[in-house]
Order: sequence, then C-alpha cells, then structure tokens
Amino acid sequence: MTLSRRQALGLSAGAAAVLAFSPTFALSATDDTDAAIKAFTGGATPAEGTVSLDTPEIAENGNTVPVGVSVESPMTEDSFVESVLILADGNPNPAVATFHFTALSGIAEAKTRIRLAKTQNVIAVAKMNDGSTFIDRKEVKVTIGGCGG
Amino acid sequence: MFSRREFLMAATATSALLGSGMAGSWSRLMAQQGLTEDQLLAMEPTGKLTLVHVTDIHAQLKPIYFREPSTNLGIGPVKGKPPHVTGADFLKLYNIQPGTPEAYALTSVDFAALAAAYGKMGGMDRVARVIRHIRDERGADNVLLLDGGDTWQGSFTANATEGQDMITVMNALQPDAMTGHWEFTYGTDRVQEAIDALPFAFLGSNIYDSEWDEPAFEAWKMFERGGARVAVIGQAFPYTPIANPRWMIPDWSFGIREEDIAQHVAEARDEGADLVVLLSHNGFDVDRKLASRVDGIDVILTGHTHDALPEPVIVNDTLVIASGSNGKFVSRLDLDIKDGKLAGYAYRLIPVFSDVIAPDPDMAALIDEVRAPYEDQLSRVLGRTEDLLYRRGNFNGTFDDLICEALLSERDAQIALSPGFRWGTSLLPGQDITFEDVHNACAMSYPAAYRSTMSGRMLKDILEDVGDNLFNKDPYYQQGGDMVRVGGMGYTIDPEAEIGKRISDMTLLSTGEAIDPAKGYVVAGWASVNEGTEGPPIGEVIEAHILKNPVVKLPENQSVKLAG
Repeated sequence: MTLSRRQALGLSAGAAAVLAFSPTFALSATDDTDAAIKAFTGGATPAEGTVSLDTPEIAENGNTVPVGVSVESPMTEDSFVESVLILADGNPNPAVATFHFTALSGIAEAKTRIRLAKTQNVIAVAKMNDGSTFIDRKEVKVTIGGCGG
Repeated sequence: MFSRREFLMAATATSALLGSGMAGSWSRLMAQQGLTEDQLLAMEPTGKLTLVHVTDIHAQLKPIYFREPSTNLGIGPVKGKPPHVTGADFLKLYNIQPGTPEAYALTSVDFAALAAAYGKMGGMDRVARVIRHIRDERGADNVLLLDGGDTWQGSFTANATEGQDMITVMNALQPDAMTGHWEFTYGTDRVQEAIDALPFAFLGSNIYDSEWDEPAFEAWKMFERGGARVAVIGQAFPYTPIANPRWMIPDWSFGIREEDIAQHVAEARDEGADLVVLLSHNGFDVDRKLASRVDGIDVILTGHTHDALPEPVIVNDTLVIASGSNGKFVSRLDLDIKDGKLAGYAYRLIPVFSDVIAPDPDMAALIDEVRAPYEDQLSRVLGRTEDLLYRRGNFNGTFDDLICEALLSERDAQIALSPGFRWGTSLLPGQDITFEDVHNACAMSYPAAYRSTMSGRMLKDILEDVGDNLFNKDPYYQQGGDMVRVGGMGYTIDPEAEIGKRISDMTLLSTGEAIDPAKGYVVAGWASVNEGTEGPPIGEVIEAHILKNPVVKLPENQSVKLAG
C-alpha cells in the first residue's frame, strides 16, 4: 500500500496520531455495535456532542467512502483526546478503525476511507483522558444510483 | 414581432376553432385576456440592485411547450407546501384564475387547450430580449445575471456539439456566473476545456478533487453591482456522480457540504459582502433545509427540481427563488440594500410567452447559425401524436409511456425501465413528432438502450432505491428526479413508507402474474450509469418505433397505484 498525499495529510493532522486497524478490537461476527462501544467506553453510555463525523449523506462509491472525525478539545496535558473509535454498524465486523492521540497531537482530527456494502450508520466514539466518552452517528446511504436528474 | 392585436387574434381564432363545447371557463376568460410585452416585463422597481436568474434551460434554444407536473408529492414536513402543490391547488394558493396565461404557464390544468391558445414558451432569443430590457431599465452595472446550470444538455444539437451551441448562445447573454449538473456528463476533459474557455465564472463550492479531497473549483466570487458588494457562492448538483455516470468524471467528488457553504458565507461577510447569494443546483427541498441550517444567506437561487414559483419562499430570513425550467421563465429580483443589509425586495417570475415577447434579432440570428448544420435532421417528421406527450410527474408521463413502448417492442423485452428525468419538452395532441422532439426527450452522452435479464428481487431493489431518492423524509437524501418509469410491469407505492417497504404488488402486465423475486425477467432500459453499457442509442430505438407506428395513441397508464 502506498501512502497518498491525502492519507499523509490525514495522519499528520496529529503528529502522534497512530492509526490502528480493527485487530485492536478483534470482534467475532456475533458481537454487535453496542458491544464494541461498551468495550471501548468501559461500559459507560457516551454523551452526544463534542465529537463530530464528516461523512457524505449518500456515498458516491461504497468501496471508498471518505470519513472524517474531529473532536473539540484543548489538547493540553490536562485535557486531551486519547482515542476515537470508528464503527460501521452494517458491516459484519463493525469496528473499522481506532485513532490514538496525545496532547502533543495538537488537534484531534483524522480522515480515512472505509468500505460500506450497504446503507448504514457510521459511528464515532471519542474517549478523553479523564475517561469521559462522546458519540456521533451519521447515516451513509449506499444506492444503486442512476435515476436522478 | 408580435403585436398585442395579433396575439389576441390568434387566441380568439383558436378559441373559435375549439368551439363552445369545451368544459371549463378557460376559453371565455382567455378571450378576455390581452397580453402585451410591456405587461409581461413591467415591474415596480425596488432598490438599485437586480439579480436575474435562469436555470435548467436544458439546451432549449427555441420556444417549446412544457407541461408542469400534476403530481409532485411532498414528504414529511414539506407535504402540501410549495413546490409540492399542483394543479387547482396551486391556482388557489397563488390566487390565479383558471384559464389565464399564468395558469397555463405554471400548472398542468387544461394544458393542451391553453397551450393551443397561448402558444409556446421560452426561446433564448426571447430570453435575451427580457434580459436586455432589464439591463436597459436598471442599468447594466446594477444587474447580475446568474445561470443555475443544466444549461448545456437536453437537445440533439447540444449533444452533437458537446454543449457548444449553448455555450455560444449563453456567452452572448453575458452571464456573471454559473454552476452545473448535466454539464458534467460531457466528461472531465470536455468540461474542463469548456469551463476554461468561459468568459465568466463557473462556481462550485461543493466540487472536490476526489483524490486529494481538496476544493477543485472556484467556490464563490464577489461582484460590485448596484453600489453593493454581492457574494455569489456556487453549488453544483450534490449527487452528480451518483445520479449520472461517475466514471465520466472520476476525479471529482460532490456532496452537499453545508459546512463549506457556511464557511464561504463567513468569508464573504469578512470581505465586506452586503449580500450573500447561493447559486444552487441542490433542488428545492434540499435548499429549503439548507436555508434553515446555514445562517446568513440572503438569497438562494435554486434549481434542479424544475419548480416555478411566482413568489419567494422565505426560510430563516433567506429568500428561496425557483425559476422554472426550459427557458419558460426569467426571474427578476430587485433588491434594496441599505447599510450593508437587505432592506427590501421585489420579485417577478417573468413568463416568457414566445408569441408576446419579441425575439432579440441578434440572438435569433445566432441561434439560427448554431442550428443551421443540423436543421434538416431536426425538422424531419417521424410521426404524429394524438395524445398530449409530456414527462413531468412523480410516477409517469406520456412521453415516457411512449419510450417504454419503444423499448418493449424494439428490444423485445418483458419490462422496460426509463429514468424519471425532469427535462424533456411536451407535444400537443395533433402535433407532428419530429426528430428534434424525440431528442429533446433523450439527448444525452450515455444513451445506450441495454437489454438484460434481471431478477424480480433486483427490480424491487431498483424501485425501492429510486423511491427512496425521491421520497426520503430527509431532503438531504433526495436526488431530485422522479420515479423510474416502468413499462410492462405494474406496482403499488406507498411514498410515506421506509425504504424496502414502499413497493408492493409488482405484477407482470402481459400475464397478470406476480413478479417472482427469484425469477429472471428480460428488461430493456437506457441511461445506465455503468461503464460499458451496450445497446443502440435510445434515440434510434424511439425513432424506429415511431416510424413503424406513426400515429401515437397511448392507453391511459394505470400501472402505478398509490397506497398509504
């Protein structure tokens, strides 16, 4: 895999942002999205707000859907975003990626592209250094296409 | 040039021909109507600045008939709100008398009869005359002419010249900016070349480079007009790579991207904009939602869904202007700007009655010139229609019934699918069907009429998918076309239902048997967005069918039933 300029930019949004793909959360096919969220939050129900997803309403190409996530945080030693979990609740394995940050990341933003076989929710869960968690959820529609206009 | 007297005579003569047997009050009222160019263009001016908006011309250089829809359902909170008001309800809402020129221009009520009386509408030479009049009256430095896109596609000549005939004509009108949708169906190279040569701005805030995920087009531009600083943000059709072939424009990504628009509004205000305008091809419901969510837009000039509304819809202090399609209307919006703010406005949706508004002679000559190489082909008569042929409507149109008939017989199929496009002009009962008329309904850059086997399951998925594009409760998930037209198969639809539950009772009409999800059916269609689609161009299919069946008489389409 070659690292494109876009991917490099996404990663460089935080110098110390580390992209770890789903093996961190190697869920079996029977684990559902809620279980993945609970595992990530330690059982807590995350609050709405603070984290926001940037996804298209309708995917132009389900094979490579751009997904961006950003978290409001001062990103200081006292208050920073530790990690953000990205899930796709219609995928056989809903956990897609986890982005890790430190205060030195400077800003808690990341972008990647994911594959969505059908219409489903993309979910971002952010975990702060104080243990609090936040969630955002956006539906991304995957269509057959071709009859608009 | 047509004088008022001549027009009245024509109207009276038609009325006499039709006799007194006509139902409805239109003929009597019509005889009382006198239309003059002065009346059509007159307006109590307001302020110093004027925005002129045209959109969705679909390459109609010459006057045309265009029947507005009789069915245009609104879902959820927009149910029963403009533009989801049609026919008699529309007339009542806007206090328009049946049978009047306005009733003819804006609705489908008594369309064939009124069209015979009031004549064709549009024609870019007439549009040019209207624009020249506005510039003369207001002063050219006080007028901003904005084109909402879907300008370069929709006719045989536009397709043959890859939009060049329209570009030549539009350049002569000297617009200040445009945005686009069907323009992109000429492919990356042609679009880039054409845009590079434009003497005005092509704006697209929501067009990104798909590889770098960076803005690929000029997003907005500041103009100094009427003593004000006017920022115009361009918004191309957000779902161009989904509704149209993505493989033709692989380097560009679209989307609604409302946060970008909000950012441009802030930039424009920072740079001293007195007025912020969104020149949009989003479609009406998308723009209505966008206006409610993004503050600080003074005017949205909307397009794509082809709605013609005689008054602005005001949402969150934003004036949403819908200027119709096919050159039928020119919008004039006078704006009074005081202390850097919009203090007042006056609006007129000017109906372009081609027998009343005189053609601009220079533009008429230019149009003849661009059409000259094709004129022999265009005027060739293929047949005649006994029925009114039109396309607009949520579920079916008679022109699409004809196209589906052609697909079923010429491609020897059990089921025909024809896309629910909103462009395509109308023909009156008794009119000849020319080569040009056929291509006004199907001219495009991916015209292959495919023939393939689809399972009943696949057919259901397609209907559900398109139904959700049209009737999703969230306008941001709507793509703005109408329901795919179906020949050889009937179905029931509940627009209010969720995706997967709208479509039922799919029936193969030839046998009356229910469609079996597991069984294969021979399906013919056209305008597939898939690369490598094979088949003869749809125009040839329709032409061959009409030549074999030169008198078009269509049975009433009863194949779609509405539930819920």
